[in-house]
Amino acid sequence: MAEIKADLTANVWRVQVGVGDIVSKGQAIAVLESMKMEIPVESTIDGVVEALNVGEGDVVHEGDVLAVVAEVGGF
Amino acid sequence: MSGPSILDSVLVANRGEIACRVLRTARQLGMRSVAVYSDADEGSLHVEMADEAVHIGGSRAAESYLDGARIVDAAKRTGVQSIHPGYGFLAENADFAQMVLNAGLVWVGPSPEVIRAMGDKAQARREMAALGFPVNAGSDGPLTDVEQAKRVAAEIGTPLMVKAVAGGGGIGMRIVKDAAQLEQMIESTSTQAERSFGDGAVLLEKYLANARHVEIQILGLHDGRVAVLGERDCSVQRRFQKVIEETPSPGIDDTLREQMFSAAQKAAEALGYRNAGTVECLVSEGEFVFLEVNARLQVEHPITEMVTGVDLVAEQFRVAAGVLALGGECRPPRKGHAIELRVYAEDPRRFFPSPGTITKWQAPTGKHVRVDSGFRAGDEITPFYDPLIAKLVVWGIDRPAALEDARRAVADFVIEGVKTNLPFLTEVLDDDQFTSGEYDTHLVDRLRS
Repeated sequence: MAEIKADLTANVWRVQVGVGDIVSKGQAIAVLESMKMEIPVESTIDGVVEALNVGEGDVVHEGDVLAVVAEVGGF
Repeated sequence: MSGPSILDSVLVANRGEIACRVLRTARQLGMRSVAVYSDADEGSLHVEMADEAVHIGGSRAAESYLDGARIVDAAKRTGVQSIHPGYGFLAENADFAQMVLNAGLVWVGPSPEVIRAMGDKAQARREMAALGFPVNAGSDGPLTDVEQAKRVAAEIGTPLMVKAVAGGGGIGMRIVKDAAQLEQMIESTSTQAERSFGDGAVLLEKYLANARHVEIQILGLHDGRVAVLGERDCSVQRRFQKVIEETPSPGIDDTLREQMFSAAQKAAEALGYRNAGTVECLVSEGEFVFLEVNARLQVEHPITEMVTGVDLVAEQFRVAAGVLALGGECRPPRKGHAIELRVYAEDPRRFFPSPGTITKWQAPTGKHVRVDSGFRAGDEITPFYDPLIAKLVVWGIDRPAALEDARRAVADFVIEGVKTNLPFLTEVLDDDQFTSGEYDTHLVDRLRS
């Protein structure tokens, strides 16, 4: 399981995935916007989006967990 | 240059350092001042500096600093005579300028017609070319289809630059190195432009490698003459945004300088240009081509003020009031060398934004040191706005003297609580290529490759 975290204070501009979506390592989970710069936040593993903690327009801070991705078939 | 401003009051439709900068001159001229602020900026320095402040909405720029109707309403309610837009936000929004005029207020900037013409990069390019200003090879207007793009690309060759017609501030530009990428680059630039500016139109231009970015400061006087206040070299950029600017440019000689001044003056006079503006050019191998006109006060205007002794904001107020600016002097003399270093709240390696709370703020001082800022210890730098937190400006009798002062001033600047690019500024100031003056727009890429 991997927690996908924000590494800076930013606004959530776009959420690119939904709960249950299959994502691959490096795929953008969300796009943050801070100080007029867009910063994609990518999944760190291949897996399924198990939880999504933010919505578009939310403000997030460094270390906030944006989403949780679980390995597929990880029993 | 002092004297009556004629205008008795102003609302500054901006925030941060530029709002403070404009308010400072308003105070010196004895004008009553009104600030506007968003939720995020409650208690910020520009709010304190103004005689009066009006809350205009939420932290997001669209809910406050980009809401023209609210700003005009604030101006009417406080009974001010004029609006100064600073730079960014609504400064180059022709509809807003018109709205201000329609409300019976004085707009401290170029006319809505000029702003509109220069805001459309395709139209600006056409008009400047028609007025005899050199332009770069490229598509003569917005691209209509992929086939046309391919034809233009084949004609002028790579590398190419895809530019949003409505772009600005370094947003909406992509370099195409390989013709195979053309279609995809046009698509991505257009998508970003649609989102950022509400207009997806793009044009193609030849991309000049090893070019310098040199711009001319103009001030259109009330009587139709246009003054030229020298040039600024803004070749030190990251993500197409300026980091260090200097004047005079170490990359042009007096012959080229004079050609650029004359071309800018002639074109601006033909356009009926009033108030402050900048003609941005690219200079490569002894020739210059048109880049764009910024129909507003520029971020880096202080270096021009340092070498001319002119307060550009005061002169803007004079032009707006319809009285003689610059004492009628269309080529104010310049003396010495000035450098501006932009202090950004960002990490100095990757230039990633670093919002946070400033815990310590100690700005450098000195006879020839000027710091324009809108922040101090205890202030929060939010993710909502630009990362520019201060402009450190130094003057020296010549370039080496200015560089020496700049190094000392950067070393003396203490900012804690947010990451800043101060270490990067030191890196550039110590770089041999920068020190020699023989640098171009690739300097930052080279330092970070």
